[in-house]
Amino acid sequence: MNVTARRIWALLYRHFALYRRSWPRAAELIYYPVLQMLIWGFTARFIASHPVTSFSLAGSMLIGGVLLWEVALRSQMGVAVSFLEEIWSRNLGHLFVSPLRPSELVTGLIGVSFLRMIVGLIPAIALAWLLYAFDLFRIGPILVLFFANLMVMGWWVALAVVSLILRHGAGAETMAWAVLFGLTPFSAVFYPVSVLPVALRPVALALPSAHVFEGMRAVLLHGAVAWGEMGWAIGLNVIWTAGAMVLFARQFRAARVRGALISIGE
Amino acid sequence: MNMPVGAPKDAIVVEGLVKRYGRGTLAVDGIDFRVPEGVTVGLLGGNGAGKTTTLALLLGLLIPTAGRITVLGHDMARDRFSALARMNFSSPYVALPQRLTVAENLRVYGHLYGVAALERRIADLAEELDLGEFLHRPAGQLSAGQKTRVALAKALINRPEVLLLDEPTASLDPDSADWVRGWLERYRAERRCAILLASHNMGEVERLCTDVLVLKKGRLVDRGSPGALIARYGREDLEEVFLDIARGRQAARVGV
Repeated sequence: MNVTARRIWALLYRHFALYRRSWPRAAELIYYPVLQMLIWGFTARFIASHPVTSFSLAGSMLIGGVLLWEVALRSQMGVAVSFLEEIWSRNLGHLFVSPLRPSELVTGLIGVSFLRMIVGLIPAIALAWLLYAFDLFRIGPILVLFFANLMVMGWWVALAVVSLILRHGAGAETMAWAVLFGLTPFSAVFYPVSVLPVALRPVALALPSAHVFEGMRAVLLHGAVAWGEMGWAIGLNVIWTAGAMVLFARQFRAARVRGALISIGE
Repeated sequence: MNMPVGAPKDAIVVEGLVKRYGRGTLAVDGIDFRVPEGVTVGLLGGNGAGKTTTLALLLGLLIPTAGRITVLGHDMARDRFSALARMNFSSPYVALPQRLTVAENLRVYGHLYGVAALERRIADLAEELDLGEFLHRPAGQLSAGQKTRVALAKALINRPEVLLLDEPTASLDPDSADWVRGWLERYRAERRCAILLASHNMGEVERLCTDVLVLKKGRLVDRGSPGALIARYGREDLEEVFLDIARGRQAARVGV
């Protein structure tokens, strides 16, 4: 293993060891996705019980929306909360005086986030299949692109959140939970973008998530892959990721100028 | 400048270092010093003198407002990661993750520093620093003294050539503190490690340090060997010298 891979592995190992010794943290990974699936799954089953075909489809779209939105939510929280764990344990000082590059820190956090997301999502996907006979994989191979786009969106939102924490300290930690929830209405998770007021549609269309969910509905309603929507999602993710990386790099440097890395827990 | 044959190389070179936070506090005000390899230099000063800021600047946690820092030949402004791999730091004010065991913490930092034969290194440190009894206990369950020893083990995991220590024996009983000081002396001598030690324990500074830098309000107000400083101020020990400087009494005024 080369030195960069070892430093990234160090972060993965650190969080693996943490979860192994803290069952509330491990349980929390699964708790929210399963809870969401129970609430929205039963709602969807109620809707789908209406004797009209379109209602049945609406139920499927609701469950699909819940599951896929959890991908973005868990990816974002995985990065942001893992960074906060270092602040809470007063460990950032040691990390930043080690040879760990900021890019390696971010890569390590993304790795932790990916594992957290998988652990959280698998029970929810299984529950959707067992309780509501909803098979997420019937969406087909395009599901991989849906997952990838939503994960990347979660990561760049998290990078922006971490930048806010570097700028404003741990006082900004509520952003780790709030930011992506705030984007939910504009992400067209449960309804098409056309439902939004005209003035708000550009906001939705600037988010990769809205294009992913339009794509999901196209598959579930018409059995067709909306490649145009996928193209928009990928393009927007590239632009937002670049923007978040610039923001992070600037805030990291600004934190070293202001001394925020020494007092970030306050 | 030609260096005399056999003279130790400078591990740390600080030139014209200034740190101002925004437009306000001037935390470090144009200091210059060198720490040769194989030498322990003490950094003394009251609260707010600029010791922590100086250590943070040396570690790359802060970007200087002006001046230049070179560690082991690496310019910290351009190539700090090469230097950071060969140095380390210990402070009781920066914690290790509390839920991880001592061994897990050392494993994390061993990987971060790219330590070869890591498990062997952890076993050696456990033996040398007497960590064996609590190696597999979570760091949060240790006594203050045990935590200090673990922090020292973390600081030594990569066999650093430059060691920055902030109050390394804080919270230790006199016997343990004495043992740690002895251990640091041996490590410095064997590895020719350069140590910069910030401490409020004047006995410790007298014992460990070849030279002492005295900071006050961000400025280097005096320097010299502990013996030279004590003689210059006409005092019995370094603690009295510290009090003279902290209270604004000059060496000349006390009859030297």
